[in-house]
Amino acid sequence: MDLVTISSNLLFVSFVAYLVATLFFGGAIKKSKSEKAYHNSKWGTIGLVITIIGFLTHLGYFFTRWAASGHAPLSNMFEFTTAFGMMLVGAFILLYIIYRTPSLGLFALPIAIIIISYATMFPTDVTPLIPALQSKWLFIHVITTVIGESILAISAIAGLVFLVKNIDMTKKSKSRFWIEAVMYTLVLVLGFVISSTTFKVMDYEAEFTYIDRDQAPAEITYHVPPLFGMNEYEAMTPEKMTPWVELPPIINAQKMSSLVWSIAVGSVLYVLLRLIARKPLAAVFQPLAKKANSQLMDEIGYRAVLIGFPVFTLGALIFAMIWAHEAWSRFWGWDPKEVWALITWLFYAAFLHLRLSRGWEGKKSAWLAVIGFVIIMFNLIAVNLIIAGLHSYA
Amino acid sequence: MSKIKCQCGHENPYGTELCEKCGRPLSEKAKKSDIVDMRYEGSSRRSQTYKSSIVDKIWNFFSSVKIGVSIIAAVLIASAIGTIFPQKFYVPATTPEGYLEYYERLYGTVGKLYYELGLYDMYNSWWFKVLVGMLATSIIIASIDRVVPLYKSLKKQRTRRHPSFMKRQRIFGEGDVQNTEESLVKAEEKLKAMRYNVKTENGAILAEKHRFSRWGPYINHVGLIIFISGILLRGIPGFYVDEAMWLREGETRNIVGAPGYVLENKKFTLENYTKEEAEEVFGEALDKNGTIAKSYTTDVTLYKQEEGALPGSESLKKVEDYSINVNKPLKFDGYNVFQMDYKLDELKNMTFHLVNKSSEESLGEFTVNLSDPEKEYDLGNGSTVNMLGFYPDYDGIKDGEPYSKSPVPNNPAFIFQMNTPDKPKGEKSFVAIRQTLEVEENDYAIKFAAAETRNISGLTIRKDKTLYILLLGGLVFMIGVIQGMYWQHRRVWIQEDTEGHLLIAAHTNKNWFSLRKELDTLRETADLPAYIDRQDPELDKPEQEGDEEIWT
Repeated sequence: MDLVTISSNLLFVSFVAYLVATLFFGGAIKKSKSEKAYHNSKWGTIGLVITIIGFLTHLGYFFTRWAASGHAPLSNMFEFTTAFGMMLVGAFILLYIIYRTPSLGLFALPIAIIIISYATMFPTDVTPLIPALQSKWLFIHVITTVIGESILAISAIAGLVFLVKNIDMTKKSKSRFWIEAVMYTLVLVLGFVISSTTFKVMDYEAEFTYIDRDQAPAEITYHVPPLFGMNEYEAMTPEKMTPWVELPPIINAQKMSSLVWSIAVGSVLYVLLRLIARKPLAAVFQPLAKKANSQLMDEIGYRAVLIGFPVFTLGALIFAMIWAHEAWSRFWGWDPKEVWALITWLFYAAFLHLRLSRGWEGKKSAWLAVIGFVIIMFNLIAVNLIIAGLHSYA
Repeated sequence: MSKIKCQCGHENPYGTELCEKCGRPLSEKAKKSDIVDMRYEGSSRRSQTYKSSIVDKIWNFFSSVKIGVSIIAAVLIASAIGTIFPQKFYVPATTPEGYLEYYERLYGTVGKLYYELGLYDMYNSWWFKVLVGMLATSIIIASIDRVVPLYKSLKKQRTRRHPSFMKRQRIFGEGDVQNTEESLVKAEEKLKAMRYNVKTENGAILAEKHRFSRWGPYINHVGLIIFISGILLRGIPGFYVDEAMWLREGETRNIVGAPGYVLENKKFTLENYTKEEAEEVFGEALDKNGTIAKSYTTDVTLYKQEEGALPGSESLKKVEDYSINVNKPLKFDGYNVFQMDYKLDELKNMTFHLVNKSSEESLGEFTVNLSDPEKEYDLGNGSTVNMLGFYPDYDGIKDGEPYSKSPVPNNPAFIFQMNTPDKPKGEKSFVAIRQTLEVEENDYAIKFAAAETRNISGLTIRKDKTLYILLLGGLVFMIGVIQGMYWQHRRVWIQEDTEGHLLIAAHTNKNWFSLRKELDTLRETADLPAYIDRQDPELDKPEQEGDEEIWT
């Protein structure tokens, strides 16, 4: 076996470990009667051990891939997102050891699993580095940012546990709507994973020529059935599906098709789940969050922001500026990715001020943490895929 | 304004909520509250005290956290709007019409509006700068408003507090123990072992740790102000240079923006990853993506003009040879020269033959240096060629004349006059790439023979004296946030009241769970009354031993 194969096998092991550990954290919640038992549950400890094993194999993936390619595996969407999932688990392990709350694991690990699955939908080939990325700062800047973002993500997960526990799911309310919207979004990500995997297994390919935004002819390959066609497209594989609509040149119809497929598949999945459960998904998860102490979840969420914010500042702003000055000759250039890092930073700065001086604790603080995670994900997904800039290497 | 005298005898500044010394509630609000607001120790803040004059009003506006957060939100939303479409500096246009055309062509009416509202260059707009200025003002005023009174009251705090202060703490417990004196001694020992600074005052203990973390927020705000001032300094001439230049292979030119320095471009190299070297690991990726660039390198020699030499004179002193790479700028005397761009294969020379059309016989050849063409070329056998016109970037005929859209030889065209022994008066011919026009039928023609090309390096020259100020700002900010966020200021008060009960209270600026854990450890050693955390109704009851009635 070569290193790349070993590396992807290790990643698979981690994936399975996280799945199994989730079940144990579920067991820890089901089996414990009192809060004390819940904090010291054997199930929880086994869950933790399995999570740590998964984390170690995940690190194994990271370093074997590094050895294979000769550079830190942080240079494209797959590598970055996988590392994000890894650090999310790392941050969870740290906080679990401090606070011992199985409910956090029950929400954190599935989200890590979804993130890793999402990552593997992108090309997983080992690519050589373009000149701009050939620097020691690739590792320093990106790993610090990833660690910061994953600690901040833990605060959103603690917030989610808090909200699922405390929102009254029997009465109609804005909170009930939005918490269900969060659940729906998570299902949509699964929809993306399922639709991409299905078409990948089917080996679906449709090729087109089109005229790009600079009025130059170009070619594109779809890996999902083309619901939308590129500007002035012509099919090179006419036996495949004909697009329904042609889109203007500024919109990438290929990505749009993937997006619509994900939403469609995700929505069908969501409706099925609702039909099986006969209640909102947040209500399904509520019993699992019930045993968490709200005050404690609030504190974990806040503490995660306190720990993560300085790390994020260092990685995503300070190291970023130092590297930008080396590679692009300016430390700041209002590139969309930079701006969204600044927006994330400003958002958490506002979060801290609202909490410290205006007493936004509990629900308000939990919602802010969830919104913060949405901004981080927006910067990871939308800015890379929609708003093209210097950072869109994927 | 008059001072407020507390019952304990201490004189507090006007506007104080809790006595700086003993903690007795002084204001009506503090007296009524169950849990006292400990945020700034109940000290007198200017913004909460003086509200009449215009200065007070401005001060109060900027010291408000609500306003501060609103400004942060405004900067945040504005920044987000700026990323909807590419900003000015990423758009390949130079004129206002060019920009308008670009935004309208790609983004339609919305794009046009984006341009017309000035959002296409938003980060340089006056109102964005005003917002950042307001943010800086808010940071300064809000910090001063808080840090001064906080410092004073933490300095003045007394060990024995008034019971009314203790009872209004979030964590509070009260009860009788078997041996008060022993409990206090043991508690003192244990608290010291837990690295608290312990002060005692006949039957009262004040244990305090990590007070320095309270200064974290103010230190990080100082860092931000240093950073913002650094950016302001760039406006001063000499602090900041940002220039770009194209340097062709073989050229030696003065460095734009760096007087006295001269740079020679010896060679530009673009290297791609090759399949052979990368086969094993990268093979698949190269198959899918086509070529991937490996390096952009400009080999240069840097020269410095001798002191006192006249500009343009040849007295150059070699400083060094260097290979400028992406991520490896050439550094000298505070300047950095970066590899930013390149153009491959620009035409450098073109060689032509003069031929007799009927016999196809060559009368000789000549080479035109496109960056510095000569007027006349002598072919040595009595024939000469005169260049009557040179159009380096030929773009058709305009007003009956050939037209060049730029001075760059992208598509050179010429008008030659061929003087031969047969036709001493000469024949005229227009020669462009794959095109020859003649006014009358000529006997002779100019035929293209060969061309020589060269590469061009796009270099950026920067000098930024503010970088160290910015770095200092970043460093101070990091120290501040770490100091304020990775440590917590914790205090524990234990005292015997006049009736012989033992009171215990504790406060932290954050992280109450860990404080409670510490108190639980403390209670394992010293016999102390049970406490409650009055903001945590869900706290598990049986975890504490002691008076369980307070839980119901």
